[in-house]
Amino acid sequence: MNLAATVPDEAWNPVALPSLRVEGVTVVYPNGNVALREASFSLGAGTIAGLVGVNGSGKSTLFKSIMGFVRPSAGRVEISGMSVQQALKQNIIAYVPQAEEVDWNFPVLVEDVVMMGRQGHMGFFRMPSARDRALVDTALERVGMTEYRKRQIGELSGGQKKRVFLARALAQEGRIILLDEPFTGVDVKTETAIIELMRELRASGHLMLVSTHNLGSVPDFCDQVVLVNRTVLAAGPTADVFTQDNLEKAFGGVLRHFHLGGSDLHDDGDARRVTVLTDDERPVVFYGEHNTSRPASPTPREEK
Amino acid sequence: MPDLLAPFAYDYMVKAIWVSALVGAVCAFLSAYLMLKGWSLIGDALGHAVVPGVAGAYMLGLPYAVGAFFAGGLAAAAMVLVRQRTRLREDAVIGIVFTSFFALGLFMVSLNPTAVDVQSIVLGNILGISDADVVQVMIISLVSLAVLLAKWKDLMLVFFDENHARTVGLNPRALQILFFALLAACTVAALQTVGSILVIAMVVTPGATAYLLTDRFQVLLVLAVLLGAVTAALGAYVSFFLDGATGGIIVTLQTALFLLAFFFAPKHGRFAARRRALATREAN
Repeated sequence: MNLAATVPDEAWNPVALPSLRVEGVTVVYPNGNVALREASFSLGAGTIAGLVGVNGSGKSTLFKSIMGFVRPSAGRVEISGMSVQQALKQNIIAYVPQAEEVDWNFPVLVEDVVMMGRQGHMGFFRMPSARDRALVDTALERVGMTEYRKRQIGELSGGQKKRVFLARALAQEGRIILLDEPFTGVDVKTETAIIELMRELRASGHLMLVSTHNLGSVPDFCDQVVLVNRTVLAAGPTADVFTQDNLEKAFGGVLRHFHLGGSDLHDDGDARRVTVLTDDERPVVFYGEHNTSRPASPTPREEK
Repeated sequence: MPDLLAPFAYDYMVKAIWVSALVGAVCAFLSAYLMLKGWSLIGDALGHAVVPGVAGAYMLGLPYAVGAFFAGGLAAAAMVLVRQRTRLREDAVIGIVFTSFFALGLFMVSLNPTAVDVQSIVLGNILGISDADVVQVMIISLVSLAVLLAKWKDLMLVFFDENHARTVGLNPRALQILFFALLAACTVAALQTVGSILVIAMVVTPGATAYLLTDRFQVLLVLAVLLGAVTAALGAYVSFFLDGATGGIIVTLQTALFLLAFFFAPKHGRFAARRRALATREAN
């Protein structure tokens, strides 16, 4: 892994250290539905932040307002001190879509999709330069998709599909990367590879915001967590925010939720209990005496 | 044995052939985008919706393109309005709006049958196209082609992934409006060649055929444009010998090529699919 190759060219790179500030954002849809109310949080460079909440909690609305798709009726989004529109013009934000959002029958090859990441850097006639081609090659290499570059995108597996769009974000050289449910429909090998890649990007100063309902893996790879349920309930370091109490607040009544303790678990009078919160394949497990105990995770937790 | 060069001895035939080719090419360019989004019926709707505009323009002695564009814009606005204000589905909205406009057009024509030739609007009349109309068609086609050549990649991005298009600094809404303005303009140009009923074929079939032949958008564009231009020119040429409606012949040729691709395309054709199925069965 050559880290130097991943640090963007200073010539165009407008923000070496990106930041994201969401301040009192309220979004009301035309039908009167309030999708977000006074949501606030801020994130700095070198961060992997998990955006955690149930479906319909406003995760995608939050993404849309960071990308300028919906205009907040109150509050503002600030990207490295700039407005969203300015930031978009400078290719600071890259977006990795959910699999369901992509038309997999569209006649494009893997390498064409990755080249789309470069389009904002090209001139009037959108002719790719030698540097554009080199960046596409590097991006494909980094996600291990070089040998599939001539495939039509619909012919790939779920994990490979995800990698293509990650490669596009890499080629774009966006300093802030929004990932929408990157682990859905993905094999374990790809999940590990994605997390590994995100850690490398964090080391080179990127800011990543990852929406996920895959609670179990959040403490594995996120150093910050933003909990949403129609507003931002809590935001901050994973250890402080990703607690049982907060999760119950965010997911109240939606998650499967069971305790294991007392004589079912221990032969002695040990007061500690196991709590499992889950909505799908990867549950989050807590072990301890109180609701404030930290998640017990199968892999080492983030130290940060 | 008819004289194969005979059509070229007539000015009106030469004109018909190259005007058709030009219109065929630019409509085919748009077809590559339209059929990918499942918006093909919008082309049909526009083709019908411009009829009252053309009729009105003839009555008032204005260039027909002005009237057609006005009616097309009005129809598009009506569709958007009905879509937003009701719970009706898109196909119902399109169906209601375009038939109303078409009916209004026929009614206007029937009020003043001498000023407007209904047959030339509905079926096209490329062999009898006036020089003034040739100029209009040329301006529309050439301007549209120039815009498409400059913007084809940005349009592709918007059609493929609107969110990403936004993150590279494009304005998806503006590009969509641009696309539909071009579509409306080219529908008007195609009225002359194939008539309002068959416009839909011009803006769908070449792209659909090319889609069966390639997995790459830039190749699809080139194939579609070639198919559109060649079938249109050939249709105009053949109509000299068959003495038939040019529009009908052009669209029949396009359909014939579509069927060829449907069965024999190297990767996405029926026979290729059959071969693959057999190969996997034998392998197992």
